[in-house]
Amino acid sequence: MLRIKNVNTYYGKVHALKDVSLHLGEGEIVTLIGANGAGKTTILNTISGVTPAAGGEICFRTEPVTALSADRIVKLGISQVPEGRQVFKPLSVEDNLELGAYLRYRSSEKTAAIQKDKEQVFKLFPRLEERRRQLAGTMSGGEQQMLAIGRAMMANPKLLLLDEPSMGLAPLVVQEIFRVLERLRNETGMTILLVEQNAKAALKLADRGYVLETGKVILEGAAEELMENADVKRAYLGKDKSEKRHK
Amino acid sequence: MQFDQVLQYALSGLSTGAIYALIGIGFSIIYNATGIINFAQGEFVMLGGMLTLFFLELLKVPIWGAIPCAIAVSTVAGLLFERLAIRPLRQPTPINLVIITIGGSILIRGLAMLLWGKDTHALPPFSGDEPIAIGGATILPQHLWILGITIVIIAINKFYFYHTISGKAMRACAYNRRAAGLVGIDVRRMVLFSFIISSAMGAVAGIIVAPLTMVAYDMGVMLGLKGFCAAIIGGMSSGIATVVGGLLLGVLESLGAGLISSGYKDAIAFIILLLLLFLRPQGLFGKPESERV
Ligand SMILES: Nc1ncnc2c1ncn2[C@@H]1O[C@H](COP(=O)(O)OP(=O)(O)OP(=O)(O)O)[C@@H](O)[C@H]1O
Ligand SMILES: [Mg+2]
Repeated sequence: MLRIKNVNTYYGKVHALKDVSLHLGEGEIVTLIGANGAGKTTILNTISGVTPAAGGEICFRTEPVTALSADRIVKLGISQVPEGRQVFKPLSVEDNLELGAYLRYRSSEKTAAIQKDKEQVFKLFPRLEERRRQLAGTMSGGEQQMLAIGRAMMANPKLLLLDEPSMGLAPLVVQEIFRVLERLRNETGMTILLVEQNAKAALKLADRGYVLETGKVILEGAAEELMENADVKRAYLGKDKSEKRHK
Repeated sequence: MQFDQVLQYALSGLSTGAIYALIGIGFSIIYNATGIINFAQGEFVMLGGMLTLFFLELLKVPIWGAIPCAIAVSTVAGLLFERLAIRPLRQPTPINLVIITIGGSILIRGLAMLLWGKDTHALPPFSGDEPIAIGGATILPQHLWILGITIVIIAINKFYFYHTISGKAMRACAYNRRAAGLVGIDVRRMVLFSFIISSAMGAVAGIIVAPLTMVAYDMGVMLGLKGFCAAIIGGMSSGIATVVGGLLLGVLESLGAGLISSGYKDAIAFIILLLLLFLRPQGLFGKPESERV
C-alpha cells in the first residue's frame, strides 16, 4: 500500500533521513520505533509532504507521491495524527472534527456522508460526543489525543500515520487508545503506521516493526521477532521496565 | 459641563469609533492569519472612499451602483497586493513584511494621488443630512448608517468565522499552521482570503465615513493608524474586543476634542497607543500571551 525507497530528507545541512526504505501492506499495523531524534517524525512528515524528500521515492498504492503538497496527500487518503496532538485548541471538538473533513467539504462532498463519519468517530470515542461543544483546549491530554485521531479519521483515510499517540498519557489511557487502533484495523481494514517510543505496547499491537537509529533503518521484522531481539530488548524494551519500576 | 454636550460628543464618538473598529478588525484578521501587521490597511479605506467618488462623479454611476463597484475594485486591489507583494517574498521575516506593507502603502497612496490629484472632495450622505434629535443631542442620518452597517458587518464576520468551514479553517490556521496543513488546509489560500476580507472591510469603512470626513488620497494614513490603535486596544482580536477598542477610542477622542481642545484629538489616539504598548501589549482585555504551538 505504501512503499518508501531510499528516501533522504534534510533540514538545511542536517541529514535527518538516510536512505530510508520501508513498506506497508494493506490492513497492516506497522510500528516505527527509535530513540529521541532518530528521525521518526521526519519520516511521517516526509510522507505527509510537510518536509519533502530530497531524494528517493514514495509510492502510495500505485501512485508516486514524493513531491506532492500536504493537501494533495490528504486527498489521496493519507492522514497524519501529529506529535503532541496539535488539536485546534480555541475551537470546539465538533469544529476540530469538521476541519478534519475540510477537503471533503471543499470538494462539495455530501454533508450526509461527512456526518455519518462523524457519528462513526463518536462511536469509537464516546467521550468526544459528550464533549462535542467543549473547546478542544479544555480537554485532558487523553481526550485531545482521541480528538486528534478522530480529526484524522474525518478525512476518510486509507492510511493513518500516528506520531507517538501514547506520549504523556497514563497507561490506562494508552491501552484504550491502542484498543481503538486495533478495532479500526479489524473493523475497517485501516492501514496504520505507528511511531512510538513506548516500544513494548507498540510491538504488542503491530504486525511488523522497523527500528530507526540516527536517520537509518537498522532493523526490521515481524513484531514478535523484534520483541525477542536482544538489541531491541536492551535498547528499547529494557528502558520501559526500568521506567515502570520507578513508578 | 452639560450632560447634553457630553452626550453629543459621545454619540459622534461612537460612530467614528465604529469606523476605527472596522479598520481595526481588518488589521486583526490579517495579523491572526499571517502574523503580519499590514500597514497598508489604511489605503484600502482610502480606496473605498476615492473609488466611490470616482464611479459617482466621473463615471456617473448612481450611488447604489458606485458603492459595490468601489468595494469590488478595492478588494481586487487587496488580492493583488497579497499576490504581488506578500506571496513572492523569498524571506518573509517580520521586518521584511513590515517594509513591504509600508512600501505598498506609499505606492497605493502615490498612485491615487497621480490618478485623482491632491484635492479633497465631499461625498453626499446616503440619505440626507437632516439631524435627528436624541435626548438633548442630535445625530446625522449618516451616523446611523455607520452604526447600522458596522453592526451588520460584524455579524457577517462572526458568522463567517464561527459557522462556515472556511472561517473555521482560517481560525485553525491562525492557531496552528502546521496542523492546519496536515488536515489539508492550504495555508497560502487562507492568507489570500484574509487580505480579501480585510481590504473589503477597509473599503466599506472608507465609504461609510466619507460623507462625514471628505475624501482625499491621503485619508488612509490617519484612519489606518486609528484602526491599528483600536486593534491594539483589542489585543489583535478579530472580534468584540477590537470593536470595543474602536468605540472606546472614538468616544475618548471626541470627548477629549470637545472638552479639552480639538487640537488634542489625534494626540489622544497616540497616547493611548503608546501607553498600551508599554503597559499592556496584550490589549486592554487580554490575558498575557500563553502557550502557542
Ligand atoms: N525543523 C528542524 N530543523 C532542523 N533540524 C531538525 C528539525 N526537525 C528535526 N530536526 C532534526 O532531525 C533529526 C530527527 O528529528 P525527528 O523530529 O524526526 O526525531 P524523532 O525521532 O521524531 O524524535 P522524538 O522522539 O524526539 O520525537 C533530529 O536530529 C532533529 O534534531
Ligand atoms: Mg518525533
